[in-house]
Amino acid sequence: MTAEIITGAEIAIRCLQKENVKFVFGYPGGAVLNIYDAIFQQKSFKHVLVRHEQAAVHAADAYSRATGDVGVALVTSGPGATNAVTGIATAHMDSIPMVVISGQVPTHAIGQDAFQECDTVGITRPCVKHNFLVKDINDIASTIKKAFYLAATGRPGPVLVDIPKDITAETAEFKYPENVTLRSYNPITQGHSGQINKALDLLVNAQKPMVYSGGGVVLGDASEALTEFIKLLDFPITNTLMGLGGFPASHENFLGMLGMHGTYQANMAMQECDVLLAVGARFDDRVIGNPDHFLAKPKKIIHIDIDPASISKRVKIDVPIVGDVKLVLEDLISAFKALQENTSLNLSTDWQKSINLWKQKDCMRYEDDGTQIKPQKVIQKLHEVTNGEAFITSDVGQHQMWAAQYYPFDKPRRWINSGGLGTMGVGLPYAMGCQLAFPDSQVACVTGEASIQMCIQELSTCKQFNLPVKIVNLNNRYMGMVRQWQEFFYGNRYAESYMDALPDFVKLAESYGHVGMKIENSSDIEGALKEAFSPKLKERLVFLDFITDQTENVFPMVPNGKGLSEMILADDAEDL
Amino acid sequence: MRHIISLLMENEAGALSRVSGLFSARGYNIESLSVAPTEDLSLSRMTIVTSGSDEVIEQIIKQLNKLIDVVKVLDLHDGDHIERELVLVKVKANKQYRDEVQQLSNSYGGRIIDSSENILTIEFTGTSTELDNYLKSLNSAFVVEIVRTGASGIGRGDRILKI
Repeated sequence: MTAEIITGAEIAIRCLQKENVKFVFGYPGGAVLNIYDAIFQQKSFKHVLVRHEQAAVHAADAYSRATGDVGVALVTSGPGATNAVTGIATAHMDSIPMVVISGQVPTHAIGQDAFQECDTVGITRPCVKHNFLVKDINDIASTIKKAFYLAATGRPGPVLVDIPKDITAETAEFKYPENVTLRSYNPITQGHSGQINKALDLLVNAQKPMVYSGGGVVLGDASEALTEFIKLLDFPITNTLMGLGGFPASHENFLGMLGMHGTYQANMAMQECDVLLAVGARFDDRVIGNPDHFLAKPKKIIHIDIDPASISKRVKIDVPIVGDVKLVLEDLISAFKALQENTSLNLSTDWQKSINLWKQKDCMRYEDDGTQIKPQKVIQKLHEVTNGEAFITSDVGQHQMWAAQYYPFDKPRRWINSGGLGTMGVGLPYAMGCQLAFPDSQVACVTGEASIQMCIQELSTCKQFNLPVKIVNLNNRYMGMVRQWQEFFYGNRYAESYMDALPDFVKLAESYGHVGMKIENSSDIEGALKEAFSPKLKERLVFLDFITDQTENVFPMVPNGKGLSEMILADDAEDL
Repeated sequence: MRHIISLLMENEAGALSRVSGLFSARGYNIESLSVAPTEDLSLSRMTIVTSGSDEVIEQIIKQLNKLIDVVKVLDLHDGDHIERELVLVKVKANKQYRDEVQQLSNSYGGRIIDSSENILTIEFTGTSTELDNYLKSLNSAFVVEIVRTGASGIGRGDRILKI
């Protein structure tokens, strides 16, 4: 068989085909014209033309979050690449497997300040898992293979491949490597059995145990193992913002989300437990608050994580277990089962009592006189109307926290948000990625009037690709979370947080060819949502502009730098 | 505490900036950093002198290991090791001071590697502390230029950093 000689651009496309890529999110430009020409002549994947490169990367990121597959984005050199940076950094902070291909000026022009040239590899270096500049056509295939491998294995993350234009025009033989080995990269997947036994010993002897799981459980497809583990040991459990859906929220052992806006019971149990098991979570500042305060109450901590660098980064860990969370949990389960025959757990009944008392605080209660629209109520109604089955994407701010608090997720990969970087503007492109991956599922983008305007141009993409996303805009005419901090910590000085000169969102949606609704009365919430999700509007994007109570705040709240048990509850807020 | 970290990394464009970028991005100290190819042309060896608490050093090692281009990392302070740094010092040494400078240089084990009418250039090798002490002993009024390489280190005996 004679080897097939094709262009570098065609090689890149063949690589994506070999990786079973279904969607490429991108935006053309000079440096990627050869690649686009090759895309034009293929049918194996669909190219989704966005309206801004940031949205391409966000959509690819969401596609990955929703499906577990590696998301792919394609951008041109210079501004195409710099526009992609926010999306790449967002994915990096949340460990999302993604491959971004960027065009580069021709190799001979690199370093000459050529038109649309920038040092893409240099600019993206701190916010990728790894990146490459391909300088030889014969390296395109092996580099893309490495990129997919690196993105998806170990602690996942975005990998960027920068390809100069001249390389894509040259021709060479296409040969895709079967597999890839890197001497410097060998992620540990199997947990150390000695550590697993140590962990088990602590767990079975715990009187006040607590489990806290994060995004690693979702990314590592470990939800089933985690659920079995909790059922077996009957321990209380909380999820981080990124971990929601990793354990079914409707399960009786679930204490809700923890952290800055976590529930009273979850935060108190984290603080007061004697043995803490952390699974695929990283003790970040929004989750455990002040680490010194967190450790003031002595506790033994077990930490399961794929990334050794996550161990003892902010909090000293007693029993680290480095490995794939799913495999480690399965090992823990079988070790526990083997032990179970001659051991009984000595859970303190006082512990359950304490937890029940904390629950009685009813920290998620909010005042609702039935006139002004309460944002929490909108989310609760959204949960009802979608039977808790929708993909919920969110932007960043108060609405994000309310979505996390009032839309209980029973399944992983349904809650799509920017946890680590906290990127306003992700909501709509995230919804696009989800809707393309699951065309028959309900996808709602919970957003605010500030966030939605950061990627509003994607309404056009939604029109072009017929994406019937439902946008739930909690419009309080403020950058709500900024306003909340200004109210609590800056003496009500609302510096630049009021959103003046808002567009008429109904007309805006209509001008893009979508359906717009403005909802001003609390009694209309349910009707509007039902209509938006009705068969009549099944094929349409609906922009629901809910005019909400401007003064509503997110509670509970752990002030920045405070300890987890130092929450402000709605009831205390008047004393501030 | 001061640590000397040795590492082997892929000899590829950009590998050095991945390491230096890591230190600046995470706010770790770098006292010195030196890098050169090894006997295996596909690998470079880097020596980083840094300082920090045990927790910080542990994080530095882990973060270095996490870099895809880094093949192997060794904290030389985990065992016996040898440390060497080279300094080149240029001193004003006219007739009046020439003997004095030469004597001082000899007594520390320095070597004069270049001399002109008014200038002597001395090469001195030792641990970084020895270099500090030697440089302190020179009258700063006469020192015109100092070039230090940054420390290199190697484990003692059969402690070998190799893949």
